Amino acid sequence: MAVDATAPSTVFDKIWNAHLVARLDDGRDLVFVDRHVLQETTSAVAFAGLKRTGRGVRHPELTIATQDHIVSTSPGRDEDSYPGGRELLTLMRSNAYAARIRHFGVDDPRQGIVHVIAPELGFALPASILACGDSHTSTVGGLGALGIGVGTSEVEHVLATQTLALTRPRNMRVRFEGKTGPGIVAKDLILRAMGELGVAGGRGCAVEYAGSAIEALSVEARLTICNMSIELGARLGLIAPDEKTFAYVKGREFAPSGAAFERAVETWRKLRSDAGAVFERDILIDCASIAPQVTWGTTPEHVAGVSDHVPDPAVLSDAKRRDGIAQALNYMGLEPGMPLAGIPIDVAFIGSCTNSRISDLEAAAQVVKGRRISPNVRGLVVPGSMSVKREAEARGLHEIFRAAGFEWREAGCSMCVSINEDIVAPGSRCIATSNRNFENRQGPRSRTHLASPVMVAAAALAGHITDVRQELGA
Amino acid sequence: MRKPVREISGVMAVMPVANVNTDAIIPSVWLRTATADMGKGLFGGQRYDDEGNEKPDFVLNRPPFRETKILLADENFGCGSSREAAVWALVEFGIGCVLAPSFADIFYENAFRNSLVAGVIDQATYQALKATVEAHEGSPDFRIDLASASVVTPAGEVHGFRIPASRVEALMRGDDEIAMTLQHQPAIEAHYAAAKAGSDWLFPATLQRSAGS
Ligand code: SF4
Repeated sequence: MAVDATAPSTVFDKIWNAHLVARLDDGRDLVFVDRHVLQETTSAVAFAGLKRTGRGVRHPELTIATQDHIVSTSPGRDEDSYPGGRELLTLMRSNAYAARIRHFGVDDPRQGIVHVIAPELGFALPASILACGDSHTSTVGGLGALGIGVGTSEVEHVLATQTLALTRPRNMRVRFEGKTGPGIVAKDLILRAMGELGVAGGRGCAVEYAGSAIEALSVEARLTICNMSIELGARLGLIAPDEKTFAYVKGREFAPSGAAFERAVETWRKLRSDAGAVFERDILIDCASIAPQVTWGTTPEHVAGVSDHVPDPAVLSDAKRRDGIAQALNYMGLEPGMPLAGIPIDVAFIGSCTNSRISDLEAAAQVVKGRRISPNVRGLVVPGSMSVKREAEARGLHEIFRAAGFEWREAGCSMCVSINEDIVAPGSRCIATSNRNFENRQGPRSRTHLASPVMVAAAALAGHITDVRQELGA
Repeated sequence: MRKPVREISGVMAVMPVANVNTDAIIPSVWLRTATADMGKGLFGGQRYDDEGNEKPDFVLNRPPFRETKILLADENFGCGSSREAAVWALVEFGIGCVLAPSFADIFYENAFRNSLVAGVIDQATYQALKATVEAHEGSPDFRIDLASASVVTPAGEVHGFRIPASRVEALMRGDDEIAMTLQHQPAIEAHYAAAKAGSDWLFPATLQRSAGS
């Protein structure tokens, strides 16, 4: 479809326009989906819908499937290890098989969390549109792809048509400028943005993350940033690809190779937001002042620096906010005004599509190396994919974690969503590298504090929330 | 084809908190099978105690709200995730319409795909409807008229809500989104063919080769 190519445009505009198949009568756009990733908990009903309506999978070659949410992460697990997951795991496998879709199940060396394996396999590429029935699909925006998280009806829609009918999001930019201090990682940047923008700050928008601090990040760290776009209320988050991105993609299983790769890089280099491009919202975040972040409440915007205090709702004039915060503190079992550092924890979880890549595990391992976690703490390390797990074992990280008293588990979503047996007990408190701290998220009445991998590692050692910079001697 | 929707009548309940997330609407414990009774799981975390017994003070556990057909919610309803089961849970419970000052993006899309009416109201309307429900605790019977995008209170007052005309038409016709899109099939396949020829890097041979092999 022809679009005015002369107007200054954003990275988002360029990718979206290149995928526009039709403009629908109701104002929505029909966009082509280059890649589709399936997981067991949001695809079963979609396949049932196809069957009911007698429709087939239009382009199985553009689709991959894995098992990640409801799989057991116990060492040596198989499809039956967690009986509660059997039905959905079996359906994923048989549906994929019948539709001739590649399936990376728990017995496959490529199995892992959808948003970890899509970049890892070179399945997500810069300038592509990738859909997945999971809201953290924005993760692949870290490569300069448009990762669109969809519901089950839309999974069915993509399977049947290889397109999505969507309201075009508006452009928004968050610039991270300045040099971060020691111990500050990507998770702290995005959590800080959460605190400033709130859970509805990006609603209706595609958010481009830019600025010197983003350019300085590794590709894996950029995936962490884009991962939490949905927590800002945005459906899409992305970062313009650069030389680091090209080097990351090169040589991966589904990535182009040889001359095709060179042609790809030529296209990818042009993926920059033009000078005159308009962002409806443009936010600046000063990175020099960011301290390690940790959440205290029941939504990711309930976040503060580790040396700060839990807020006191009594001093707030806005009744709605006051009640919201009071309810959050009540659920979390925290006193108004108490310092965040020193809050005792029961569980430390390192994993999830936010922070389970090799660089995350490496950073956490450096903190715990040669030390023991507190005897009061259950520590879990759950690699994001079997490939991350193999790489970590090749580097000896599993030995470091085990020697420190952590459980070293198989790949999956695990305690991020607690739909399998990895559950935080009622009333227990977990510090986690995942992305959601909602009530009951990690199990009924579980309490969650979100933080970076190094902060979780430091808390596991201390037995309470603590400033990782002290552990690092910074 | 879906069942066309024109009118929804019945009890309105109020969920007077902002940012109600999809984990709260349907907790993950209800998502382990393809056939769970999602309506029972609606707001499960708040509706049941640890033993699975109903908490008598939760709104949906009290008559007349056990029969809720219309939900009045606050800002950013359905935020959190893409979990479509949040919509299924509402629909299976019997709720046909949610009115709120704003909705999270994905929830909003998911709602229409399941014929759940998502109407946007301003804060003044939210407050007025909330007060009306409280004033009619015994029988808070409201009526949603889709064609006029309005809600009629038990006393006969009429408030408008916002919903795109195209969505109203689609709901009233009971449109099947996929069937509509398939009318564009030639354009879709032409796009794929052109992209394969022009951006060969985007569709490398490894993709084509391993499909189904
Ligand atoms: S790790 Fe958590 S957030 Fe990520 S895909 Fe799995 S359940 Fe979703």
